Amino acid sequence: MKISDLFKKKSSSDVAKDRLKLVLVSDRATCSPEIMQKIRSDIIEVLSKYAEIDMDGIDINFTHIDAEENDGKTVPALYANIPIKNMNHNVK
Amino acid sequence: MGEVIVVTSGKGGVGKTTTTANIGTGLAKLNKKVVLIDTDIGLRNLDVVMGLENRIVYNLVDVIEGNCKIKQALIRDKRYETLFLLPAAQTKDKTSVTPEQMKKLTEELKQDYDYIILDCPAGIEQGFKNAIAGADRALVVTTPEVSAVRDADRIIGLLEANEIKKTQLIVNRLRADMVKRHEMMSADDVIDILAVELIGQVPDDENIVIATNNGEPLVGDNSLAGQAYMNICRRVTGEQVPFLDLDAKKGIFGWFKKK
Repeated sequence: MKISDLFKKKSSSDVAKDRLKLVLVSDRATCSPEIMQKIRSDIIEVLSKYAEIDMDGIDINFTHIDAEENDGKTVPALYANIPIKNMNHNVK
Repeated sequence: MGEVIVVTSGKGGVGKTTTTANIGTGLAKLNKKVVLIDTDIGLRNLDVVMGLENRIVYNLVDVIEGNCKIKQALIRDKRYETLFLLPAAQTKDKTSVTPEQMKKLTEELKQDYDYIILDCPAGIEQGFKNAIAGADRALVVTTPEVSAVRDADRIIGLLEANEIKKTQLIVNRLRADMVKRHEMMSADDVIDILAVELIGQVPDDENIVIATNNGEPLVGDNSLAGQAYMNICRRVTGEQVPFLDLDAKKGIFGWFKKK
């Protein structure tokens, strides 16, 4: 940020553009609650074969990250935080 | 073989019906055979914007249900011989028609007309699905406001998912003075965000209100909006037309300057 930017108020059309860009990233990445629920249960089903999962601590959602190879634009990403209680070692 | 064009937006009140009326009338002015279909069943309005509300006998649902022939339901325009309106039913709801039935109807009309233009209801539910079912091309109308642009983005995504081949954007109600002061997004700003092809930018023009009051679309007259709509029509037919300078000064001084 330049020093002069501190004194210049951002124009409202720039504010609109910036807000839109942000809201569209999450709009585009978000899918319907039904699909989200399906993704969730599928991931849990697969992981349950290998580990005992703490069901209360699961956090799976779409988010957006800055992609370096994409000119610094944000791209959608799946974020998943799945606490494991116990690894299932007797899986063949 | 004609082309089916759906005029849609997601958000209500951005000017879909006015755009449909003007593009249809403009294409008829260019000697094309045109049918306008109001698909907003239950909330019809294209008839009043066209000034044809007193001539309605049959409607879209009558045609779909087979109560009359297509030709019987088509209302010929007051001014243009090659322009017709198929009005929506006012006492039914969106579920009276299915996407398959709409597709069949537009396929049939394509045989006899150059352009079939569908005025889509606001929203993304059944009415929207019906309107886009048979479309070859979509014209997405938005205004330079965050709410309208956001909804346009959603609509563009849905059009892509439904394999509509061509989607183009109309930015409506632009105010050159505000754009100049950076207090309103320009058409370029909107295009930058939505990443679709721009086919028209229409100024916020009080003549539109007057034209709607009178039930006579202003396309092709001397007003800025009239010229902007005519340019869109020419672009629809494939002609390359440069975008209007919406900042043309109003008033007597501007008039002299322009000459």
